[in-house]
Amino acid sequence: MEWLQQLVNGISLGSIYALIALGYTMVYGIIKLINFAHGDVFMLGAFIGFYAIARWDLGFFPALIIAMLLCAIIGVIIERVAYKRLRNATRIAALITAIGVSLLIEYTVIFFRGASPEAYPEVFANKSINILGANISSISIVILAVTVVLMILLHFIVHKTKIGKAMRAVSHDADAARLMGINVDNTISATFAIGSALAGAAGVIFGLYYTRIEPLMGVLPGLKAFVAAVLGGIGSIPGAMTGGLVLGVVETIVSALGYSLWRDAAAFVILILILILKPSGIFGKNTREKV
Amino acid sequence: MKKSKAFWGFLVLALVIYAVVQGMISGGMLDLYYQNILIQMCINVMLAVSLHIVIGITGQFSIGHAGFMAVGAYVSAIVTMKLGLPLIVAILLGAVISALAGLLVGIPTLRLKGDYLAIATLGFAEIIRIIFLNVDYVGGAAGMVVMNMTTWTYAFVAVVITILVIANFTNSRHGRGCISIREDEIASDAMGINTTYYKVIAFTIGAFFAGVAGAIYSHNFFIIQPTTFNFLKSFDILIYVVLGGLGSLSGSVIAAIFLTVVSAYLSNFPETRMIIYSLVLIIVMLYRPTGLMGTKEITSLFKFGKKGGSKV
Amino acid sequence: MTEKKTLKRFASVFLTSSLIVGALAGCGSKEEGTSTDSGGSTSDDTSEVIKIGANLELSGAVASYGSSIGKGAELAVEEINAAGGIDGKKIELVKVDNKSENSEATNAAIKLATQDKVAAMIAPATSGNVIATAQIANQYKIPTVTASGTAPNVTENEDGSINDFVFRTCFIDPFQGVVAANFATEELKAKNVAIYADNSSDYAKGLAAAFKEQIEANGGTVVKEEAYVADDVDFKSTLTNIKSANPDFVFIPGYYEEVGLIVKQARELGIDVPLMGADGWDSPTLVELAGKDALNNTFITNHYSSQDPDETIQSFVDAFEAKFSEAPNAFHALGYDTVYYIVDAIKRAGSADGEAIQKALAETTDLSLITGTFSVDEKHNPVKSATVLEYVDGNQQFNSKVNP
Repeated sequence: MEWLQQLVNGISLGSIYALIALGYTMVYGIIKLINFAHGDVFMLGAFIGFYAIARWDLGFFPALIIAMLLCAIIGVIIERVAYKRLRNATRIAALITAIGVSLLIEYTVIFFRGASPEAYPEVFANKSINILGANISSISIVILAVTVVLMILLHFIVHKTKIGKAMRAVSHDADAARLMGINVDNTISATFAIGSALAGAAGVIFGLYYTRIEPLMGVLPGLKAFVAAVLGGIGSIPGAMTGGLVLGVVETIVSALGYSLWRDAAAFVILILILILKPSGIFGKNTREKV
Repeated sequence: MKKSKAFWGFLVLALVIYAVVQGMISGGMLDLYYQNILIQMCINVMLAVSLHIVIGITGQFSIGHAGFMAVGAYVSAIVTMKLGLPLIVAILLGAVISALAGLLVGIPTLRLKGDYLAIATLGFAEIIRIIFLNVDYVGGAAGMVVMNMTTWTYAFVAVVITILVIANFTNSRHGRGCISIREDEIASDAMGINTTYYKVIAFTIGAFFAGVAGAIYSHNFFIIQPTTFNFLKSFDILIYVVLGGLGSLSGSVIAAIFLTVVSAYLSNFPETRMIIYSLVLIIVMLYRPTGLMGTKEITSLFKFGKKGGSKV
Repeated sequence: MTEKKTLKRFASVFLTSSLIVGALAGCGSKEEGTSTDSGGSTSDDTSEVIKIGANLELSGAVASYGSSIGKGAELAVEEINAAGGIDGKKIELVKVDNKSENSEATNAAIKLATQDKVAAMIAPATSGNVIATAQIANQYKIPTVTASGTAPNVTENEDGSINDFVFRTCFIDPFQGVVAANFATEELKAKNVAIYADNSSDYAKGLAAAFKEQIEANGGTVVKEEAYVADDVDFKSTLTNIKSANPDFVFIPGYYEEVGLIVKQARELGIDVPLMGADGWDSPTLVELAGKDALNNTFITNHYSSQDPDETIQSFVDAFEAKFSEAPNAFHALGYDTVYYIVDAIKRAGSADGEAIQKALAETTDLSLITGTFSVDEKHNPVKSATVLEYVDGNQQFNSKVNP
């Protein structure tokens, strides 16, 4: 009974990690950049959703869509302004820029609205459904449903559409893709748009589920989502989903065993073990180093 | 011959700086506020230089440097506060244990490359922090109260030693081995250089001096808490190195001093401090991705007409 | 192409150099400022204003506490100046942000002591940051009063010695823990209790320890003890553990940011027993985070209640609402009281000299303030009463007052 409850808790947490991890993994797959600002796009999504619901009295789904759209635009702006000119620079320069963008977003938000937390309004009447002794709140069912729908949509985009094909081609070999007539710049922007939209959706879902949002909320989930992406095999979309869910469940198990204070350490221990034993992750392909 | 000239030149410069500052302190021109900024500057320079040897010289991408700083800070605090030994012993022990931690972390992780190495070092640093968070002997999350024992002299001597050791290491056979790894790991491996050995050496030396910096930090700020050493601190150190110019020792020193001054100055505007800071970071990276100094050293700017001035 | 490149390079060089120049110019002007300052400070006693420094968490993790204390202090300073100041001298409040970081708290204290030459300081809101300033206060002989640093080791060092120049306006943690435990056994008839404490603050750990000791002395049993760290958002797995231990009362010492979520998630998981906390819960945000319904059947111990019918309290509440258009919480009240506490001491000392103020602070007896009437004991702690409040539909309701 209790374990069923814990599993439900873990999957709810994991599906949020998975949504953020997808953006990380897509961006990394295509331009090999650890986009540290991704966690902050997630935060922006949460705030956009909050203002849409609390100030403009919109429902959950319109708010979700607005947050996703605005985050997609923000993601493209970040890419065009900050990362585009660094495409041929060293990776470390790009990484520092990403850190800079992340700090800029966080502290601009703090500048305009202060650092205090905000409480998400309730959009659903929160009922708990009792299944086999486990309390499952209606919100967590909605979250799971939205997550699954978004992932199916993403899978469809990547595998069945033209832009998805272009994305896969660019991530495989950007130069060859360019020679084949693919507009690499637009493809990269599209990747940022989709990844950021997913982060925005994760932000709204996070706010709804955990209630508290604040300007620095993206830092730790962002980092954890990156761990999830590495765990699943960075660059792999099913990997990010699996990695996120595994991480969420593992963290819940660690807390359930009474070691809640070591929960964050558990995430990083897993990360290091994976990196040392199987650096390509659960779903990753082995790549041989080119000389 | 040339090397020893630079060595003595640096020592004389250090002595002059020390004499001037010390004169200003005893003359009452620098009160505790400015002395404190100077000490912070010294700590940041040490951190920057100790990371420079890992990233700038050996080309290994580590973003978990605050973890080693934490080891130095906590071990030295235990030595002075719990065991009652003198500060100098504490600094040395903190540094040695920190170097050991560097060795332990380095051996498994340095097989990794690029971003994977970066994220693994970040993970290790967070694990170190969480361990301190959960050990009640050092106060857990609430932190550990430490007596203030450092003076500006301690900090300055430590900086001078750090810079001297790392500059000499860079110019030695080991240093050249490390540079060859930075330039092309596979090629240097093929040339018969034991790349793992050099990588671990550089990493351990870096951890050692980060430990020294941590020890001085803990004895200057009255209380140490695990949250101080989170990954944002690691990013700060990384920023010094990259902003100064990857591969430039003087660059990282200048960047550390520059950013400490900027940060102290901006504390009068708490609301906009971080915004300006992050904008500086982005703009420098966009317009000068190699950092302020590139791989050049400041000494090479003064050698007009002479060849072979630069270290790399 | 090359032209464009050089232009870019020029722009970057220009930007950075202008920044450097700006920073240096800033330093230069600051140095000038201090030199005039130090010139004037030799005649501190005869100057027209008395400076009180406020080293507060205005940004960073616990910004809401620091800024609340700052608001309360502002109101108090305004009132005192309107009433003629201290013997005709006006008070000036010098606020410095310590970003909720201990090293910045030290820097801020040094700045207040050496650059602004304050007569007394309001210390940071959280105990760790107060400790980071204590040695500076002792060294420069500047009396320092924290409004909300409740950990015992703020005023008393590990070896039993007292930090001469550090005082506080609030009661200490063990007292609140004892009050909560007695309330649980006597009023709520709790037998099997669980404790879920914030492990990242001395405050919550101190409360948990005192509560546990007292509840066991009262004949209760602690069936489950769990902990969390600040900034967590997911407490469900640990709460599931707590639920399976079947407690009839849960004590949750911590701060409102996490407690709000804990209360909400606990109710979602079907934990319907009374929950209790302490002054760290006190914030309007708690109600928003947890929801009104979830907060029913929860209690807190606090420094004061804005619903307390007492006349002085009500006039403070009115004045505060007029100035800031919000109801004052405990941090506001404590910040307000801290200023009055310092000013009372300065008046009795008859000068703005640090040692005289220190002596007067230590000798305070029966000082009547918003958060209660108190005398200072030999450990520099005020001996004062605590208030128990109950949440009813999102509003705090005055339950009872407990004397020490």
